[in-house]
Amino acid sequence: MKKFRVVHYLNQFYGGIGGEDKADYPVEVREGVVGPGMAIKGALGEDGEIVATIICGDNYFSSNEKAATAQILDIVAKYQPDILVAGPAFNAGRYGFACGAVCRAVGEKFNIPVLTGMYQENPGVDSYRNYTYIVKTGNSAVDMRNAVPAMVIMLKKLAGGEALGSAEEEGCFAPGAGVRRNFFHEERGSKRAVDMMMAKIKGEPFVTEYPMPEFDRVAANPPVLDLTKATVALVTSGGIVPKGNPDRIESSSASKYGRYDLTGITDLTAETFETAHGGYDPVYANQDADRVLPVDIMREFEAAGVIGKLYHHYYATVGNGTSVANAKAYAAAIGAELKENGVDAVILTST
Amino acid sequence: MVKEIERCGIPVVHMCTVVPISKTVGANRIIPTIAIPHPLGNPALTKEDEKNLRRRLLQRALKALQTEIHVQTVFEE
Repeated sequence: MKKFRVVHYLNQFYGGIGGEDKADYPVEVREGVVGPGMAIKGALGEDGEIVATIICGDNYFSSNEKAATAQILDIVAKYQPDILVAGPAFNAGRYGFACGAVCRAVGEKFNIPVLTGMYQENPGVDSYRNYTYIVKTGNSAVDMRNAVPAMVIMLKKLAGGEALGSAEEEGCFAPGAGVRRNFFHEERGSKRAVDMMMAKIKGEPFVTEYPMPEFDRVAANPPVLDLTKATVALVTSGGIVPKGNPDRIESSSASKYGRYDLTGITDLTAETFETAHGGYDPVYANQDADRVLPVDIMREFEAAGVIGKLYHHYYATVGNGTSVANAKAYAAAIGAELKENGVDAVILTST
Repeated sequence: MVKEIERCGIPVVHMCTVVPISKTVGANRIIPTIAIPHPLGNPALTKEDEKNLRRRLLQRALKALQTEIHVQTVFEE
């Protein structure tokens, strides 16, 4: 059998270009395997071959999505793969979005199967499950040794046009209509529905064929009516902390948030504040933290009477690989405290 | 985080660069910003121009906080 041709997409980190300081790295193509592609190649064996690896910085992709996608499509056209695989992106949000977007664009343009891998909390899962198969992975590269074999099994099935089991059997997130495949069930739908209902009434276990999505939305609160009398608070997930990071907030997977006094502070400077965030290039925030937490202009608004006052504390954590459960808990505590202290509105900045 | 603060009954505006993520996580009032490492600044500008940029973005954020909305809204320029 002819080996199937694979094109692999990676970000700057897994592509071996560098960390956050290289996140603006433009689209590049390398012949053959790079980084995690080695493990994929090993698991593919003689069945398939990675003919090219496309590398693109996460910031470059998210800031230039249209141009980057066009370049990537040109490259893919040149290599004529039978399948494209991206990542795995684990819990990296920007990388997950890039993998999802690349898979979607390639799948739609060339009508070939596409595949990526992500952790369940990666926001890329919900945005792209309609357009690409997404294998479930752990939340960090520690899971690479499990993620790659799982992805390669799926890769072989897709490239070989094999029948797929249910999403659960394949270890994938339930795909949306765009990539879902139909199959003939031995029982017709009406019978299956009644069987399910009977099982439910009898208290027996049954598996739904169509899980309802969980929408956890919070409706927007009413607007602030008179800003000139309002107390406005600043909150950030961008890791801005007093110089020296007194609470030792971790650079990734933060286990806490900090509350810091702004009394008498009108401007954040390189001498007084810095970022603890390990997920973006810290140079600009360390030079002037107002670029992330805009205390200088908020003080200006306060002095001019545009707002009543700037709340005397600000809150910060590091939103880098931080679990959704932790982020929820931090913000629930922050929100309760702000409410108790009569804060009328919040500006939350993210990097 | 935006959603949990909103849940406490305080209107909140999310200023961020990757708008699709903000939408996915359920922010209601969204202001697109400049770049991931400097959402509210631009090191390529002079100090004064950079402050003007930041002032304009924050004016938009304040406007968002004073606007009644019923669906997720991205406040573009």
